[in-house]
Amino acid sequence: MDYAFATIRELRQALDDKEVSSVELAKFFLARIKKYNPELNAFITITEDEALAQAGDADQAIARGEVGLLTGIPYAAKDLFSTRGIATTAASRILENFLPVYDATTIAKLKEQRAVLLGKTNLDQFAHGSSTETSCYGPSKNPWDSARMPGGSSGGSTAAVAAGLAPFALATETGGSIRQPASLCGISGWKPTYGRTSRFGVIAMTSSTDSIGTVARSAHDLAITAEVLSGHDPKDATTGNVPVMDYSAQLSAGLKGFKIGVPKEYFVEGIEEDVEKRVREAIAVAKDLGAEIVDVDLPLTGFGSLVYAIVTPSEVSSNLSRYDGIRYGHVTAEAKDLFEIYTKSRREGFGDEAKRRIMTGTYALSAGYRDAYYLKAQKVRRLLVQEFEQVFKKVDILLCPSSPNVAIKLGSAADNPLFGYIADQLNIPGALAGLAALSVPCGFGRPKDGEAVELPVGLQIIGPQWGEQKVFQVGHAYQQATDWHKQKPAGFQN
Amino acid sequence: MNDLKYEPVIGLEIHVQLKTRSKMFCASANNPDEAAPNTNICEVCSGQPGSMPVANREAVKKSIMVGLALGCEIPEYSKFDRKNYFYPDLPKGYQISQYDQPLCGKGEVVLGGSKIRITRAHLEEDAGKLIHEGAGSLVDLNRAGVPLLEIVTEPDFRTPAEAKEFLQDLQNIVRYLGVSDADMEKGHLRCDANVSVRRAGEKVLPPYKVEIKNMNSFRAVEAGLDYEIKRQEEALKTGGELLNETRGWDEAKAVTVQQRIKEEAQDYRYFPEPDLPALHFEKGYIEELRRLLPELPAAKRTRFMYEFGLSKKDADVLIADKNLAGFFEQVVSEMQEWAEEEGRQDDIKKFAKLTNNWIVGDFQALLKTTNQDPQDTKITAENLAELIKMIDRGEVSGSAGKKILSVMFEKGGDPSNIAVDEGLGQVSDESEIAAVVEKIISENSSVVADYKSGKKQAIGFLVGKVMAETKGKANPQVVNKILQEKLG
Amino acid sequence: MSISRDEIKHIAKLARIELSDTELGKFQADLNKVLGYVEILKTVDTTGVAPLATVTGLENVFREDVAADSGLQKAIIDNAPVKSGRFIKVKKIL
Repeated sequence: MDYAFATIRELRQALDDKEVSSVELAKFFLARIKKYNPELNAFITITEDEALAQAGDADQAIARGEVGLLTGIPYAAKDLFSTRGIATTAASRILENFLPVYDATTIAKLKEQRAVLLGKTNLDQFAHGSSTETSCYGPSKNPWDSARMPGGSSGGSTAAVAAGLAPFALATETGGSIRQPASLCGISGWKPTYGRTSRFGVIAMTSSTDSIGTVARSAHDLAITAEVLSGHDPKDATTGNVPVMDYSAQLSAGLKGFKIGVPKEYFVEGIEEDVEKRVREAIAVAKDLGAEIVDVDLPLTGFGSLVYAIVTPSEVSSNLSRYDGIRYGHVTAEAKDLFEIYTKSRREGFGDEAKRRIMTGTYALSAGYRDAYYLKAQKVRRLLVQEFEQVFKKVDILLCPSSPNVAIKLGSAADNPLFGYIADQLNIPGALAGLAALSVPCGFGRPKDGEAVELPVGLQIIGPQWGEQKVFQVGHAYQQATDWHKQKPAGFQN
Repeated sequence: MNDLKYEPVIGLEIHVQLKTRSKMFCASANNPDEAAPNTNICEVCSGQPGSMPVANREAVKKSIMVGLALGCEIPEYSKFDRKNYFYPDLPKGYQISQYDQPLCGKGEVVLGGSKIRITRAHLEEDAGKLIHEGAGSLVDLNRAGVPLLEIVTEPDFRTPAEAKEFLQDLQNIVRYLGVSDADMEKGHLRCDANVSVRRAGEKVLPPYKVEIKNMNSFRAVEAGLDYEIKRQEEALKTGGELLNETRGWDEAKAVTVQQRIKEEAQDYRYFPEPDLPALHFEKGYIEELRRLLPELPAAKRTRFMYEFGLSKKDADVLIADKNLAGFFEQVVSEMQEWAEEEGRQDDIKKFAKLTNNWIVGDFQALLKTTNQDPQDTKITAENLAELIKMIDRGEVSGSAGKKILSVMFEKGGDPSNIAVDEGLGQVSDESEIAAVVEKIISENSSVVADYKSGKKQAIGFLVGKVMAETKGKANPQVVNKILQEKLG
Repeated sequence: MSISRDEIKHIAKLARIELSDTELGKFQADLNKVLGYVEILKTVDTTGVAPLATVTGLENVFREDVAADSGLQKAIIDNAPVKSGRFIKVKKIL
């Protein structure tokens, strides 16, 4: 078996059949990371010692017959997840060398499973961005074309999985940060219903919207991770009490009788020609599998990014206040008073984008503006939620592109003024409404810049709140009928 | 210089530290007496990256109970908001508080003859402590995250004495509710005041107010307000203008001192706390909490005065300490039972008065020597009641009773047994005493003659002799009575 | 309607971030863009609509009043850049 590009299911089988041990798997992936990461820059921290120790424990557990869904399976975690005693940086200088004192709940759950942590992956600094270019450790590269970005903010996690450096990875999304990079890197990504998984221990961006999910090689794998990571967490008051289903059990129900909505607002001008072609082909596959395709309208879609442009920085400006150089992280060497301890430490530690969002948010919340800005945005948000509720009375799920474009060249975002804006249209409204969503690979296409390269295209599957089962079902059905998700980038074969 | 008459306009902003086992948003212990810094801390209250708050159910309940006790409306919906500002004792760079939907709305308290209106009461988390050392500060987060109830009154106080009395009443109310120890010296109860003055008789609020902080005891509150009012009156009388400012009370110098006039008002950028779902109280829940309210000090005072005939002064002493009042009631209830058995219901107010005297007098004096609570001593309510009955029946004298009380306090035990053991029993039997009286009369003929010739005070000498003969055991009232009968 | 230089400086102060003149200028432009967004949002009729605080619709989520020792005291203090015994130290206050 080619372990590098094996699914979690296949690895589980191999471990249980004693074909390979967890320690062997860990060493295997660690070797690949050592070989490919210097170019790819997917990992910020490689946790070799911990990985081998955890793998050893996993092997003993497997020998005792104590086997969970993810026992012995290696994984990577976006560097926003607090890992006790292991550097957690948010890709920012302000948390350089920071060692958390506790584990995030999702990390604790994976420890309970005895999964094996290979390392912490690169991201846009504090998750602010869609390309990993705002990371203080430099951008990650797209395994399909190292001159191009992997997407973001979870670009390190998606690049790692796409290049066969980890079978699955933890990621987060606030406005596309799982779906977009998964799409650009040609892998499957799950953006959970808000409150399905625990945010406790994950460095916060937009508290009312942040979603804690995973990226892997198939919808089935994502369903497995969902079974492990979903559930109410007493430490996170925003997690719901909706029961966690056996997501893998219902996967093969197929698409007969499924009503699939295609929102016209999600197929606007600016979407690359090949992207639209691939996605429409995928919709045709769904139809062939028995689903009924329905045109739907989401007229408030355009307002989503405006709401996001106000709500996100507002909450960010508050969530980033704790980074002040007093209890942890970077502190300035030159301050003449308390005021300067704050202003200089934060000047030195935060990247541009973080500063921009803090400034915007502080302004939007400041006296006299809060009602007109933040509260007004949250009112429009409620209308967006209601609009989705109405549409999901008519259809089971929505299909559309995950990203309007395939991966663009690193450093070219400035030349693409619409970069991010249309992408926002596709991902943000669903994120603001806290919906469940998946991105699955659906083919390849040429970029708008004309270069003769074939880059991954992603199909976005949006379900209602708590609609995990539905989106996994659709993703799995599609992946039974196609093999886009089995494609691998060249150059990472051994 | 004018000689207009001015009247003060005072409003209070009070913080009550709630006595819960754990902090407001995390499980770290809520222990105001913790001496070692940074002991009761965790990832949440120290503001570690990624940490999240979860609200303490008991703190919410306690807050509503206080609101109900102050006559506040409890709205159906409430929520938490973030109050954003930077200070080293505030780990997250924001305080979780309540902005526009507080737990408790408008209320009212009757104080003496006046009504003090409560504007609102809301729940928030406390900040840590800063200890200044040299040019810098030391941060201790033990207190960060402790639940605080902030109670704001309308500017209805017209004298510093009123403000102080209100604070003392509030302290007692929260103690009766069991929600806080409310010890000002320990910081469980903090008070800032907003003070202005206006021409006497004016109805409109003055166009300014001065905030006074750092008054750390009831005495300081009264003194601080007194000083500030005089200062403001002086200023107005000499043609000065008064502006909004914040001043600190300097206990040592007994003056208020201007703190920096803030160039701009603090902009807290309040917004609803996204990590905490809203609070929704069904009517049934609030009514249930209302039923759970214990009898509050004012009601208890009234009941003591009418049911037991205590004077307001006596009642005030008892109700000032919830435990003392409770002990009093236990003893009186024993006395009531006994009075009914003996058919002496009419004497209940007399017994209540006796009980009150013993508790407020000797009993409380003993309590002070060990700082115990009334319920924790070796003297049970039954035993104290028994002692009072014994004195009423003449089985021991009053002074013997004091001795028995001391012994009970030290070792416990039944008062009648102690009386026997210590030989404190009083003889009240008339025939026994008559025999001794006869003897003393026969041995002291000259004094008898003095008494018979008009020197009535000579009887004292004879009573003394009888007492000495009986080694102090004779009931002096009976001795007196028999002597008088025999001497004519 | 646009944001003044003074306003930007005030925001930077509130946010406790020291910014260069160039940065102030850059953010001034960014914030003016946000003003533009708000004007568009104003065109949406939200009469009678309550602001959305949480998409989950959850209410009354509490923890019971039980104290527990986190065991993290040393680790938390150790992370502080400047300390003094068990205290976290701030070198300057005003």
